[in-house]
Amino acid sequence: MARMMYRDAVVSTIAEEMERDPSVVMLGEDIVGGMGTPGGPEAIGGIWSTSTGLFGKFGADRVIDTPISESAIIGAAAGLALSGKRPIAELMFADFIGVSLDQIWNQLAKFRYMFGGKSRCPAVIRMAYGAGYNAAAQHSQSVHQILTGMPGLKVVMPSTPADVKGLLRTAIRDDDPVIFLEHKALYGMKGEVPDDPDFTIPYGHARLARAGQDVTIISSGLLLGFCEAVADKLAAEGIGCDVIDLRTTSPLDEETILDSVEVTGRVVVVDEAPPRCGLAGDICALIANKAFASLKAPPEAVTPPHTPIPFARELESAYLPSADKIEAAVRKTLSWR
Amino acid sequence: MQLSREALLGAYRRMKVIREFEERLHVEIQTGEIAGFTHLYCGQEAVAVGVCDHLSVDDKIVSTHRGHGHCLAKGCDVNGMMKEIWGSREGLCKGKGGSMHIADLDQGMLGANGIVGAGAPIAVGAAISLKIDGQGKVAITFSGDGACNQGTTFEAMNMAVVTKAPCIFVFENNHYSEHTGFEYSVGTAKDIASRAEAFGMKVWRGDGTDFFSVYETMREVLDYVRAGNGPAAVEFDTERFFGHFEGDPQRYRGKGELERIRETRDCLKRFRESVTGAKLLTDADLDAIDAEVMDTIEAAVEAARAADRPTPQDVLTDVYISY
Ligand SMILES: Cc1ncc(C[n+]2csc(CCOP(=O)(O)OP(=O)(O)O)c2C)c(N)n1
Repeated sequence: MARMMYRDAVVSTIAEEMERDPSVVMLGEDIVGGMGTPGGPEAIGGIWSTSTGLFGKFGADRVIDTPISESAIIGAAAGLALSGKRPIAELMFADFIGVSLDQIWNQLAKFRYMFGGKSRCPAVIRMAYGAGYNAAAQHSQSVHQILTGMPGLKVVMPSTPADVKGLLRTAIRDDDPVIFLEHKALYGMKGEVPDDPDFTIPYGHARLARAGQDVTIISSGLLLGFCEAVADKLAAEGIGCDVIDLRTTSPLDEETILDSVEVTGRVVVVDEAPPRCGLAGDICALIANKAFASLKAPPEAVTPPHTPIPFARELESAYLPSADKIEAAVRKTLSWR
Repeated sequence: MQLSREALLGAYRRMKVIREFEERLHVEIQTGEIAGFTHLYCGQEAVAVGVCDHLSVDDKIVSTHRGHGHCLAKGCDVNGMMKEIWGSREGLCKGKGGSMHIADLDQGMLGANGIVGAGAPIAVGAAISLKIDGQGKVAITFSGDGACNQGTTFEAMNMAVVTKAPCIFVFENNHYSEHTGFEYSVGTAKDIASRAEAFGMKVWRGDGTDFFSVYETMREVLDYVRAGNGPAAVEFDTERFFGHFEGDPQRYRGKGELERIRETRDCLKRFRESVTGAKLLTDADLDAIDAEVMDTIEAAVEAARAADRPTPQDVLTDVYISY
């Protein structure tokens, strides 16, 4: 086991997979930085430092610095994937999917199905999502809600360095398009990461971050940490929480969710995306539909309000679900009988 | 150089306000009081002022993530902007937008923008609206050398030509998009203006570090567009004095590059040299403006510090409905 940061787990996994498989290539804006400028060939290595050193190791054919052209980046990833390569495209901020949406939604995601299963499209689209930096409405969004709703895409949201390692390796080796969402407030998070070069985590397998029998809390990303803190606090009062880290929203691990709810009968789903037509509602519907008999309280959803993301510090923290709001929701489910 | 003494003093003052606004932000950001991402415009003042000095409030501009200069040049209130950047509910956008999203529609300023390339089509729409109104007004979009690589910019240029919209594409080539050099990202194209030319637009080129070059070039561009000839484009060669965003270590810069551009390509220095050299204004005239501007900025910072902070309920205002 090595101890490393979430961002280092990204770089080291890409490096190991590029080493192992010559068809893996990477492309994105400023993933090299400094190209054609006095500062030299690699000045930046990605604005999140998630490609540092790769250009020096693998060269310009495999680490492709692109202009600011998201449609072309995603479209090129689709073309590379259809032509035998395994592209890893970096979109910098998840918010920029808007610019490239057709290439993700109508092209990449649909090839395998539309072409009657004759093609695979092994592309990984990585992007940093989430609030917490006061980056305001156009640089803070959680986009899993939109992408999970698109048939043809696998959607991954790692919450720890170890999960980055195992899930990213699975993504790169996967023959289908994978959206890999890295929470920007987690890049500096440290954790133990298995050294095994073939350590992978299969999709659709949630992780039980805390175990308890009274309430099920379901989340992922930055807010998972808040849920764990609430579970730890309530444990001191003798209230036991299952905290489920979803890991992937598509496929969704229904079994782990339903097994837990069947024991606890109470559930709080915590999500960073807006409330309407979203993940939290989707999971509440799943539970109402498939675990109704076990429920002792209505499922609770804790999400931001249905507004764009505000800039000011006070506003952003009022917008985001907090540990207090999560705790209140848990207590609300406990108030039923 | 047919500018009156008043016009010269005004232009210098506006450039100086932008310069000091930003130099001060650069200092204040180190204290941690200002949240979020801030992209400073310092170095490019002659472009914003040389363009906007020709405009009335009824002409529109659409800005970029590096928008402070454009906002100030178009008439946005210094205090309102400072408060917005501080995240106050008294800010121009009530603390909801911050540095990257400042807008003031009453001043014809349709917004800074966090999405690179998003401004150009919006300006085309505004220009079509102005054409319908038939008052000879124009819409201007500012784009960097990086933004000129976006499909939205290409689509907007073509649509402007097709609709004969009174839209002006002002390309500010500061040689970098984030950390990647213009020579790399614009490929084999020798410049940005030639791209606009390929869409059938008449184009101009100017020295963006020389106020008079910008001002005179824009006069020609505006005469052409206001006369109903459809869109036009202009590329200004300029410099950015700070990093891409505040906190950027700028490892992509050449050795001594920042010192050199501050020394030889500073639009404020060049303005001072040319007006004092031609005996149009004296150093004392300009020094007086410097002092006055420093006071203005100091007052704006103090006002921003003292201004009301937003409350949690403010999250739910100004959205059509919230759940
Ligand atoms: C669609 C989109 N892609 C990427 C970014 C990230 N980004 C912000 S500014 C910038 C560089 C813009 O360069 P340029 O247009 O030359 O303007 P400058 O920063 O030089 O003023 C990039 C890549 C963004 N905000 N929006």
